[in-house]
Amino acid sequence: MFAFIVRRIIQATVVMLVIGFIGFSVKHQLGDPVRDLVGVSVSLEEREILRQELGLNDPFLVQYGRFLKNALHGDLGHSFFFKKPALDVIFSKAPATIELVFAASVIILLVSVPVGLYSAIYPRRFFSRLAMGLSIVGVSIPVFLTAIVLIYIFSVQLHWLPSYGRGETVNVMGWESGLLTLDGLQHLILPSIALSSIMLPLFIRLIRSEMMEVLETEYIKYAWAKGLTRKRIWLIHAFKNTLLPVITVGGVQLGILIAFTILTETVFQWQGMGFMFLEAVERSDTALLVAYLVVVGALFVVVNTFVDIIYGIINPTVTIASR
Amino acid sequence: MRRLKFVSLLLVLLLAASTAGAKTLKLAMDADPVSLDPHVQLSGGMLQYSHMVFDPLIRWTQDMKFEPRLAEKWERIDENTMRFYLRKGVKFHSGNPFTAKDVVWTLDRLKKSQDFKGLFEPFTGAVAVDDYTVDIKTAKPYALLLNMATYIFPMDSEFYSGTDENGEPKDAIVKTGSSFALSHESGTGPYVVAEREQGVKMVFKRFADYWDTKSPGNVDEIILTPIKKDPTRVAALLSGDVDFIMPVSPQDFKMVENAKDANLVTMSGGRIITFQLNQERRPEFKDVRVRQAIVHAVNNVGIVKKIMKGTATAAGQQGPKGYVGYKENLVPRFDVKKARELMKEAGYEKGFEVSMLAPNNRYVSDEKIAEAVASMLSKIGIRVNLKTMPKAQYWPEFDNRAADIMMIGWHSDTEDSGNFSEFLTMCPDKETGYGQYNSGNYCNKKVDELVLGAQTETDLEKRALMLQEVEQILYDDAAFVPLHWQHLSWAAKNNVKLEAIVNAQNFPYFGDLVVE
Repeated sequence: MFAFIVRRIIQATVVMLVIGFIGFSVKHQLGDPVRDLVGVSVSLEEREILRQELGLNDPFLVQYGRFLKNALHGDLGHSFFFKKPALDVIFSKAPATIELVFAASVIILLVSVPVGLYSAIYPRRFFSRLAMGLSIVGVSIPVFLTAIVLIYIFSVQLHWLPSYGRGETVNVMGWESGLLTLDGLQHLILPSIALSSIMLPLFIRLIRSEMMEVLETEYIKYAWAKGLTRKRIWLIHAFKNTLLPVITVGGVQLGILIAFTILTETVFQWQGMGFMFLEAVERSDTALLVAYLVVVGALFVVVNTFVDIIYGIINPTVTIASR
Repeated sequence: MRRLKFVSLLLVLLLAASTAGAKTLKLAMDADPVSLDPHVQLSGGMLQYSHMVFDPLIRWTQDMKFEPRLAEKWERIDENTMRFYLRKGVKFHSGNPFTAKDVVWTLDRLKKSQDFKGLFEPFTGAVAVDDYTVDIKTAKPYALLLNMATYIFPMDSEFYSGTDENGEPKDAIVKTGSSFALSHESGTGPYVVAEREQGVKMVFKRFADYWDTKSPGNVDEIILTPIKKDPTRVAALLSGDVDFIMPVSPQDFKMVENAKDANLVTMSGGRIITFQLNQERRPEFKDVRVRQAIVHAVNNVGIVKKIMKGTATAAGQQGPKGYVGYKENLVPRFDVKKARELMKEAGYEKGFEVSMLAPNNRYVSDEKIAEAVASMLSKIGIRVNLKTMPKAQYWPEFDNRAADIMMIGWHSDTEDSGNFSEFLTMCPDKETGYGQYNSGNYCNKKVDELVLGAQTETDLEKRALMLQEVEQILYDDAAFVPLHWQHLSWAAKNNVKLEAIVNAQNFPYFGDLVVE
């Protein structure tokens, strides 16, 4: 276990280094950050002076070397727009994104498991066919369209739910949480449904097909013959084995979910990391961009490590050390 | 948990207090101010903010006249000096009294600001005659002195003097790092910044000691939230989450107009959208007949109708109606037949191939406009290779003059016709900075002479004639391809009386806003 974690940390470092390098090399193609800091009528010379001050005129390797040196001291650069260290900005935006992803995951879990199991056990029933049909439609609708349709129906037409933002938040030990107020929860509903809509169909189908496969196996037939109750067979013997592939896929998909927060957060003006990232691209706030890529890269490694550990717990035949 | 209870109790109390008669305006804009320091960046957003928290010496009215603010009256005492008589009894948010020394201090600071120093280049400074009289001086006679006085928002010189806890001077203008002025303000304006979380929310509270007690404004608190996406901003208004939005995208006009409880206001604005034809890259464009042919081939009235959905005014010149250089006879010239004849005359009957660049997120519908113009030019044999890109990438390309035809929009910072020419159509000159955005490299000595002459001409009638002559020359030379002037747009709930506070500069005067 210890060796495994050490190996993972080394892997994470390599991943972050590579991401940092890629991010750093593309940032030069993203436009001129100075342009966003000055008015249009400011002269070329004035802009040149500012560029010099910011060190943007230095050769690529000098800039990259400076970046690496500072990164070793935990400083991933300074956001031009927020006028603060990039990491501070990212960490102040992280709770919003994490809560959104968490809420979307809860929705996915609460809906996909029962629906997936039901349609595996009774594949011919009307509800199962409906769920399968809807999931095809769901997979093919882009998330921003879902989001706008949701806003139009529930905010503009029905006035049931707020249309943008996080609403009221409460600061709990430095974590700005919207989960603890009614207003915050109301604001969370539409964005998390929109975000979950990308993954939900996939998970329903995955759970259904895995479950159907498991139900055909010998040990389940044996369990039936033994006269176990239906509940015990479905929920304990079959479902547990269905979970393995679901967790593997889930770990990877969590990353994709984080990627999709970029779209969801922009439509809902949700003040999280995804929205911040898109804004940073538009403003060519390059330091913030690179820092975001590095942080998300780290997050991916951490999530996948956890998935591997959980996998080992659920399926004892897989030993972590050998992986 | 205890702390949580306390917080929620506090919130309940606050809520109770705020419903007891106080008026709150929830305002959504596409972006929030980048700093609390009004001199850090010259942009529409920062000037909007300045009108809320600071007050200018004078300001524009809806019909483009000057209205006294911190200056009660003014007179020209010699050709280089304007004397301003200041309002007495005005207090800054810090409690310090406002006097002539604050004006002197502010003008000095403007001349140090990277963004404003260009505009204030003609000024030599200000001299306090006594506590409430100040002389503003220019090196040469300057016709736009009053126009520029609308940009002088006196700052509290005492408040911004000295050093902060990091030992940095409090008046430092810092673009990329923290500074005292970035996070502290003391102006004389109707609102005090009570809370600010950049990019998320900004809360303004009415200044209790505001000098303008005659103002009808009755909003006690403004909560500004940036909402970036156009459809989300409109949805926020229609769902009742916010009271006032700006801007409104043209495709949402119908939706707002149809809504029972919302009200849309549009006004012709001063931003001209044009294409420039690069004569340095393309010898063909040196021929005035080819340039005329292109202008004649572009149906800008059609673009306004189809793409802008009527939310713009088709243009034939740089400055819109109301500007001194405007000439009634310079109208759009769409005529494909004539365009083809001109091409034939110039010897390009078969046409040629050109490259075109345009931004895709800078001006309203910019990408669609560029596509339309490209297909219009194909009708006279000019094959266009169009490339569009986000503004962050576009500006460096524009600076490099990277294509034969490039799109540029311009709003005159001085609200004067001369400014268009200074940046767009004067001969490009690195030394003087004139023609900085003239990617077409159009150069006509007569235009330069007239525009420079107009800067120092204080006889306003004579000056207007000079600037009108400039427009006529540019029209005859087909110096650029004029498209249209964008309209400005705002929308609010019916109880928000927005018509009275909006203007062509797009600085709604929130201090005077009445909410019923």
